[in-house]
Amino acid sequence: MPNVMIRQKQDGNLLFYIAKKDQENVVSTVEIDTQEQWGGEVELTDGSRYYIDPMSPPPVFPITLRFKRAE
Amino acid sequence: MSAMSKEETEALIAEVLEVYPEKAKKDREKHLAVNDQGVESSNKCITSNRKSLPGVMTIRGCAYAGSKGVVWGPIKDMIHISHGPVGCGQYSRAGRRNYYIGTTGVNTFVTMNFTSDFQEKDIVFGGDKKLDKMITEIDGLFPLNKGVTIQSECPIGLIGDDIEAVAKKKSKELDKTVVPVRCEGFRGVSQSLGHHIANDSVRDWVLGARDADNSFETTPYDVSIIGDYNIGGDAWSSRTLLEEMGLRVVAQWSGDGSLSEIELTPKVKLNLLHCYRSMNYISRHMEEKYGIPWVEYNFFGPTKIAESLRNIASHFDDKIKEGAERVIERYKSEYEAVIAKYRPRLEGKRVMLYVGGLRPRHVIGAYEDLGMEVVGTGYEFGHNDDYDRTIKEMGNATLLYDDVTGLEFEEFVKKIKPDLIGSGIKEKYIFQKMGIPFRQMHSWDYSGPYHGYDGFAIFARDMDMTLNNPCWSMLKAPWKQESTEAKAVAASA
Ligand code: SF4
Repeated sequence: MPNVMIRQKQDGNLLFYIAKKDQENVVSTVEIDTQEQWGGEVELTDGSRYYIDPMSPPPVFPITLRFKRAE
Repeated sequence: MSAMSKEETEALIAEVLEVYPEKAKKDREKHLAVNDQGVESSNKCITSNRKSLPGVMTIRGCAYAGSKGVVWGPIKDMIHISHGPVGCGQYSRAGRRNYYIGTTGVNTFVTMNFTSDFQEKDIVFGGDKKLDKMITEIDGLFPLNKGVTIQSECPIGLIGDDIEAVAKKKSKELDKTVVPVRCEGFRGVSQSLGHHIANDSVRDWVLGARDADNSFETTPYDVSIIGDYNIGGDAWSSRTLLEEMGLRVVAQWSGDGSLSEIELTPKVKLNLLHCYRSMNYISRHMEEKYGIPWVEYNFFGPTKIAESLRNIASHFDDKIKEGAERVIERYKSEYEAVIAKYRPRLEGKRVMLYVGGLRPRHVIGAYEDLGMEVVGTGYEFGHNDDYDRTIKEMGNATLLYDDVTGLEFEEFVKKIKPDLIGSGIKEKYIFQKMGIPFRQMHSWDYSGPYHGYDGFAIFARDMDMTLNNPCWSMLKAPWKQESTEAKAVAASA
């Protein structure tokens, strides 16, 4: 369950930063991304996937969240 | 020698790895790579931030070096205690050339060495009492200090001293900032963790100090320079450009920086991050807690400077955008003259770099402005996010080496035969004796500044001075040289 800092890049994409591993990746898809809710399975451009329980209202970036590794 | 192809570079790596035992070979293999701009994420081609292999020569430092030497050390109006035995502080004292303004020993203390000088009895009975006494003494002797940081050396963590408790007690007693930093040298694999620990201690002990105090008058154009250590005056030559374009620099981290500047940083509008490696942690924190965005910039060489100035300006209104254009325009004739003078002397020369946190990628642009080519680069303690940023800057089929060992570096140089090497003091004399021009790219070889337009002129001059120095043709003893004269004599006989 890594602690992940998510921030919005200038081009609008979300950047997924795992501090512990110093790993920076761009988020390619978010399962649920609506006005009311944000979360679910998150896929990064390198193909790895993480999971977080959907949150409502959606969080304001940048923010640190705890993700689970998705199988 | 013309540029190497991908296969040739791969063959070179394989050849150099040949001498290692099987296990070591497998480990080192992952740290060497041939650059391929097509790869979008570096962890596919290079491994970094791993423990160095026992038995090889590494050039890395320790966490204490990262905290005391890099992040905290240059903060001029605080006293940084090297807590532990005397050597760690004494042998690294004033080596980094972080310039500052002030009277050393009165209101600024950067080049001095303060140490608790641990003896056997401190190891056996603990050093907290000594530390307590020392901080009182310091405050008596140097009353103008604004605070104290306690930089732990290895033994502190080993014997389990409670420096946090001492810090809290003394801070209350003296009504000054006292920061305990748990940067014992054995933590982590390199100085990089020391940067992180130092960032965290800034976050926990200093940054929030003025959160409730709104007396500081802000403007919409407040920025801070983060991750510039003012080596040879670098931060000053950067600061003038920013001020000229209409921004107000509130804080410098940490070259020529002060405690109050750090405390005021949460009030700025934008954090400008030069050394990403050592200060990204605190920038991320400020973005999350205070909503201050940060941008990375690069002030080496006119191409990158112009790019960076425009990028910084894009976060502000038209006044600043015009300001950026005005600055670029103003220095145009100056840097064009520099290029016109030095480019013909340096054109086509090939450079290999091996430096610390940002220079392996940041200076590439400056060399390219002079018509030179960087054919190999690597970080002592970079992480994958650094290599992500490097791949785009380097040409295809060039060499990337992470935490390069003494042997590998030497062998690469022998094969690639660069015209210039940029690295640190530990590499300098080996390569100079091999007859290859060398510049120290940590301390600018006692020159500098290299940042900004003013710095570029000095950079170009220094590279020319080193590369085209007549001494390189005199390395061979006369009797070993097949001199042209001797040949001429032989021919006429
Ligand atoms: S590794 Fe430990 S003993 Fe060595 S310089 Fe660093 S803090 Fe000092």
